[in-house]
Amino acid sequence: MKPILFLLLGSAGIFASEALTGAVEKQALNMSAIIMFLIFVGATLGITYWAAKRTKTAKDFYTAGGGITGFQNGMAIAGDYMSAASFLGISALVYGKGYDGLIYSIGFLVGWPIILFMVAEQLRNLGKYTFADVASYRLRQTPIRTLAAFGSILTVILYLIAQMVGAGKLIQLLFGLDYEIAVVLVGVLMILYVTFGGMLATTWVQIIKAFLLLSGATFMAIAVMAHYNFNFETLFATAVQMKDVSIMAPGKLVSDPISAISLGIALMFGTAGLPHILMRFFTVSDAKEARKSVFYATGFIGYFYILTFIIGFGAIVMVFQNPQYLDLAKQAVDGGSPILGGDNMAAIHLSHAVGGDFFLGFISAVAFATILAVVSGLTLAGASAISHDIYASVLRKGKADGMMEMKVSKVATVILGIVAIYLGIAFEAQNIAFMVGLAFAIAASANFPILFLSMYWSKLTTRGALLGGSLGLLTAAVLVVLGPTVWVDFLGHAEAIFPYKYPALFSVSAAFIGIWFFSITDKSDTAAREREAFEAQYIRAQTGIGAEGAVEH
Amino acid sequence: MKQEMVDRIKNDPDFIQLVTVRTKFAWTLTIVMLVIYFGFVLTIAFDPSILGTPLSAGSVTTVGIPVGVAVIISAFLLTGIYVRRANGEFDELTRRIKAKAKGE
Repeated sequence: MKPILFLLLGSAGIFASEALTGAVEKQALNMSAIIMFLIFVGATLGITYWAAKRTKTAKDFYTAGGGITGFQNGMAIAGDYMSAASFLGISALVYGKGYDGLIYSIGFLVGWPIILFMVAEQLRNLGKYTFADVASYRLRQTPIRTLAAFGSILTVILYLIAQMVGAGKLIQLLFGLDYEIAVVLVGVLMILYVTFGGMLATTWVQIIKAFLLLSGATFMAIAVMAHYNFNFETLFATAVQMKDVSIMAPGKLVSDPISAISLGIALMFGTAGLPHILMRFFTVSDAKEARKSVFYATGFIGYFYILTFIIGFGAIVMVFQNPQYLDLAKQAVDGGSPILGGDNMAAIHLSHAVGGDFFLGFISAVAFATILAVVSGLTLAGASAISHDIYASVLRKGKADGMMEMKVSKVATVILGIVAIYLGIAFEAQNIAFMVGLAFAIAASANFPILFLSMYWSKLTTRGALLGGSLGLLTAAVLVVLGPTVWVDFLGHAEAIFPYKYPALFSVSAAFIGIWFFSITDKSDTAAREREAFEAQYIRAQTGIGAEGAVEH
Repeated sequence: MKQEMVDRIKNDPDFIQLVTVRTKFAWTLTIVMLVIYFGFVLTIAFDPSILGTPLSAGSVTTVGIPVGVAVIISAFLLTGIYVRRANGEFDELTRRIKAKAKGE
C-alpha cells in the first residue's frame, strides 16, 4: 500500500489533502459505523421529504426561499468548507509534519474576512441565484453568463471528482465497502437530496453535519487535552519525545516567496470564486444576514482548524507507536511505524483511542456524512449554472418559465450525479491531487476577477470581462498542466516546464490586466452604455435598494 | 432603477458618507488581514527559524504556535469588528437612504 501522506506532502502540494490519493486497503466491515451512518441517512432523507414539500418555486429550489438565517448560513458555509478530506487531511498533516499543518489550515481561513469586506453584501444585494447574476448584471448576458457558467461547471466538476475519489477511498477504509459501491451510494444519495429537497435540504444536511463534526472534533480535542491536564507544553513535550523537535517549527510546506504569495492568492481569491460557496449568500434574506453568515463561518472554521491541530498532536501521542494501530505487514516491508490505513486515518484511530468502538463508529459516520453534504452543495451549484445561466438566461434569453427552469435544474442534477459517479470510478487509480488546486486556480483566475471588477470598476465592459476572464482561465489551466503537479506527477515527465505548483500569482494577474486592457480599449456603443449603467448598479450594491427579497413560507 | 432616482441617491449626503466611510473601512481591514497573513507566510518563506524559536529556554512550545493561533483569531476578530460597525452605523445610514428614496 502506498503511503497517502507521501503523496500529500510530495510535489502534489498543499491541495493534496483536499483530495485523498494513493491506494488504500479495504477494511473489515464496521457495523457500529454503518448503523450510525444509516441513522444519519434516515434523518437526512426525512429532512429531504420535509424540504421537498416546501420547495415549490425556482427561488425555493435555488436559495431555500431566501429564508436561512445568518447563523444557519454561517454553519452551512463552514460545513461546505470542512470536508472529510480537510478534517482527515489536515489532522494527518499535523500528525505527520506538526506545525506545517497549522500553516496549511491558516491559508484556507484568511480568505473569509476578505470575502466579508469586499463581496458578501454586494453579492447579496445584486444577485438572485448564481454569481453569474452579479457578474453579468450590466454586461451582455450571453457571453458573460456562458463564461461564468463554464467557470462554475469546471470548478464544480474538478472539485466533485476529488471529493468522489476521496469518498470511495474513505468509505473503503471506514466501512469496508467496495470502492464502486461507495461511489454509487454517495452519488445516488446526493441526487436524492438535491433533486427533491433543493437548497433547503442541502443546507440542513450541511448544518447537521457541521454540528456533528464540530461536536465530535471538540470531544476529541478535550479528551486529548484532559490527558495532559490541559497543559499544551506537556502535550507538545510528549509529542516531541515520540517524534522529534522539528514538528514544532515550520518545515518544507512554504519554501520560496513566489510560491508563498501565489498560494496565498489562490486560497484567498479562489475561496471568493467558488460557486457553491458564493451561492450560499443568496439563501439569506438581506445584506445584514449575509455579513453575519461570514462572521459565524469564520468563527466555526477557525475553531475547527484549532481543533484539528490538537487532534493531530493527540494522534502523535496516542496513536503513533501505539501497537494497537500499527500496520505490522507494512512495517515488515518499509520499517518505521506506519499506522493502519495510512496517515489519513490518524484522526479516526484517535477517535478509537479516546472513545472506544462506539465513538469510532460515530466519527466514521460523520466523515461519510461530510462527504455527502459537500458533494450535494457542489452538485446544486453546478446544476444552477446549467439551468439558470445556460438554459434560462442564454438559451431562453431570460424568458424561461420558473417551473421549467426548475425541471431543467433537476435533470441537470441527475446528469451531474451520473457524471460524478462515472468520473469518480474512472479516476480511482489516478493521482488526482492536482484537481482541487486546479479548481481553486480557475475560481481565483476566472470567476473572482470578473465578479470583483463588475462590482467595483465602472469602466468594465463585456469585451474586457470576456477576454480577460478567458485569459485568466486559460493561463491557470495551462500553467497547472505544465507545472509539477500534472506534468511530473500525473503525466510522469522528469521535469516541469513551469516551475511553480501554484499558478495563481501569474494567472490572476493575467486576468486582471486582460480585463483592464480590453475594457479601456473598448470604444463601442454597448461599452459606453455598460459604463453608464454602473451608477445604478453601484447604488443597489451598496444599499440593497431593489435587491431580491426573501419569501415567506 | 430610474435615472432620476439614481441621481437623487448619488447626491444624497448619507449615501456619499456611507460609501466613503465603508469603502475606507473595508479596505483598511482587508489590508490589515493581508499584512498579517502575508507577513506570516513570508516570514516562514524567508526565515523559518524565527517561528521555530522556543518560547522560553527549555520549553518545547515554539513562538510559531501562539503566532499561528493569533493569525486565526485575528481573522475572526476582524470579521467581528466589521460586522459590529456595519450592523450599527452602516445599517442606520442605509435605512435613512432607503427611507428617503421611498418617501420623496
